[in-house]
Amino acid sequence: MIVSEKDINEQIKWAQINKDVLRSLENPRKAYWVALFICVAMFSCAIVAEIYQYNVGMGPTNLNNPHMWDMYIASFVFWIGMSHSGTLLSAILHIIHADWRKPIYRFAEAMTTFSLLTAGFFPMIHLGRVWNLYWVLPYVSDRGHWPNFRSPLAWDAFAISTYLSASMLFLFIGMIPDLAICRDNTTGWRKKLYTLLSLGWTGNDRQWRTFRKTYLLMACFLIPLAVSVHSIVSSDFAMAIMPGWHITSFPPYFVAGALYSGCAAIITLFVMLRYFFRFEEYMTTAIMEKTAKLTFAIAMVWTYLNLVEFAATWYGHNVYDKELLIAKAVGPYAWVFWTMIFCGMVVPFALAVQKFRRHMPTMFVVSLFLNLSMYFERWMIVAPTLSMSHQTHQWDVMWPSIIQWAIVFGSFGWFGILFLVFVKVFPSVSMYEVKEMVYHRKREAESDEAPATGKPNLEGAS
Amino acid sequence: MSLSNILNNWSHYRRGAEEGGHHTYEHRWAMAINLDMCIGCNACSTACYSENNLAVVGREKFDKGQAMHWLRLERYWDEDSAEKEFPDSGAKFLPMMCQQCGSATCEPVCPVAATYHTPDGLNAQVYNRCIGSRYCSNNCPFRVRYFNFYSYYETSWPEPLNLQLNPDITVRDKGVMEKCTFCVQRIRTAQDTAKMADRNIIDGEFTTACAQACPTSAIVFGDTMDADSQVTRLWKKHQVVRHTTKQDKRNPELRGYRIFEELNVDPSIMYLERVRDTEV
Repeated sequence: MIVSEKDINEQIKWAQINKDVLRSLENPRKAYWVALFICVAMFSCAIVAEIYQYNVGMGPTNLNNPHMWDMYIASFVFWIGMSHSGTLLSAILHIIHADWRKPIYRFAEAMTTFSLLTAGFFPMIHLGRVWNLYWVLPYVSDRGHWPNFRSPLAWDAFAISTYLSASMLFLFIGMIPDLAICRDNTTGWRKKLYTLLSLGWTGNDRQWRTFRKTYLLMACFLIPLAVSVHSIVSSDFAMAIMPGWHITSFPPYFVAGALYSGCAAIITLFVMLRYFFRFEEYMTTAIMEKTAKLTFAIAMVWTYLNLVEFAATWYGHNVYDKELLIAKAVGPYAWVFWTMIFCGMVVPFALAVQKFRRHMPTMFVVSLFLNLSMYFERWMIVAPTLSMSHQTHQWDVMWPSIIQWAIVFGSFGWFGILFLVFVKVFPSVSMYEVKEMVYHRKREAESDEAPATGKPNLEGAS
Repeated sequence: MSLSNILNNWSHYRRGAEEGGHHTYEHRWAMAINLDMCIGCNACSTACYSENNLAVVGREKFDKGQAMHWLRLERYWDEDSAEKEFPDSGAKFLPMMCQQCGSATCEPVCPVAATYHTPDGLNAQVYNRCIGSRYCSNNCPFRVRYFNFYSYYETSWPEPLNLQLNPDITVRDKGVMEKCTFCVQRIRTAQDTAKMADRNIIDGEFTTACAQACPTSAIVFGDTMDADSQVTRLWKKHQVVRHTTKQDKRNPELRGYRIFEELNVDPSIMYLERVRDTEV
């Protein structure tokens, strides 16, 4: 049975949309506060671990001679990857006019920004001398010393700071009309905040025109940026000569993985927000279905690229690469590898079943498994290569210590704090875009009922 | 790295290692290590510890792989060694230190250019510039870069052992990468002495700590741009050439090879294969 359902009930009144979304700024369910408390607790674990590591050095993390990188870099790639789906959902789907994105793109964009803010911590945490971090930036120094422009790590610094500022700007610009609605409906400190942030938005014709143009421009700017950012992150590995890193297919592989983990995270947050803020009217099962289908498609791309990589390594007959591939499957890290394969390649088939796609708790659990697989994928890129590279004398198996675990664990808390505070302070559903969507859907429904007299004139309607 | 330099010398910088590279060398420090003469006594490693202020980390951290031995003696066994008694079980030793590659993989990846190529062919490591991203170590196929995971100096030389520290070089703190420098402090001293006396450096006038300590003289250090130096003669004798990924090895008398030269990193250390009498 195919259930064809509307993405949104087009009979919702505009005032009702305002009311429902503004309500989310006030009274979430108790689960919201529990989640926030858990996040703060997780984040404090990371603070304690980082203070210890800062004072003592990198030693307590168990990093050693072959394993100079481990979970910190895996987490960095993971968080950068997660940020990509926000751009996919808001920018790409905006350009191809997929309007079902409208009720969910705001939180996806927020996720982009906050996962970038989380990712940005990891290159700092992992540095031996974090206090000299700014040397990576090309500032004018009286020593006349520049960063090394050949190094992928220097590219990282440029790519991430560009992407972070662009995605923050995109999030903010898209929010301006909504901030004006908030400004008109609140009092106290919130009124002051929204007045400042809405930049004098009155909703007149000129403002809307400028706004539309700017938003489209930013969307067009962000798409190549997002692709290049993760390609640059992949060159951290692909530019090295190490077996398992020096792989030509890494940039598309990383971008696919990024979209994959990001879509999975969107599903997780979708279910959570829908529950916390009682957004059942807006974050409908029909939209969840579409998101799940998109995730499934990306999962298959990722699976394909994975298999291509294995095949290329296998038939490439490079002794180091092949040995490493075999070791991944049967060596000490094999359980991580097979969990990754199972959760990343088999579990997504749950998304192909309509019954599962429509069941929120199932989707929540499935999305967590997908993200687990994506985390393991990143870790399987970093650790096994270092574990057995060219020099056999330095082969070593290392498992990360509690310090690394605490900081990585806490990074989820930090992301959660940022995200939960954001959705409480700012409207997590785009009011003006949902209104647009409702309007268009309504006109479409009316023109379907009316006798066919040519195409409905939607141009003049917006 | 000025713009005019790039514009005027572009073709020069485009020259790859196989075309001789784009570096203009004044010296080319290199080594020849005769594995047949190596008895695995570890004197070279010990000498390196005392010459270069290497921290002693203790057994626990050594086991974790956090040691600082710039020169490590790698020990390899025959495949069937478990069934045999020593010496039939066939331990082989390989002194492994920074190979001072001509086209080093550690150099391009450092985000702050803390490791760079000197005009005498060394991969210099600038401790003060290092921010500890550890990418250089990850990209080193020989795994000869060592990271200060702790402030080792706090416990490494309890009084009065601190008096044995070499005043010519620094003691490193946590968070920086370090590696074999070919005893750069000795090279610079020799250069200064030669300059003061208005002459060129004489081969054998100085050597590295490991070569000096080696009881069998398995390690030979010198300048390959000096045509008469011992190391040049050894390289020539075994017909080992630079800027290649494979040495011509048809003659079994030619024992010279460079480790991982197939990766096109152009190492500066030539090893001489062990001549093994199977009926030891």
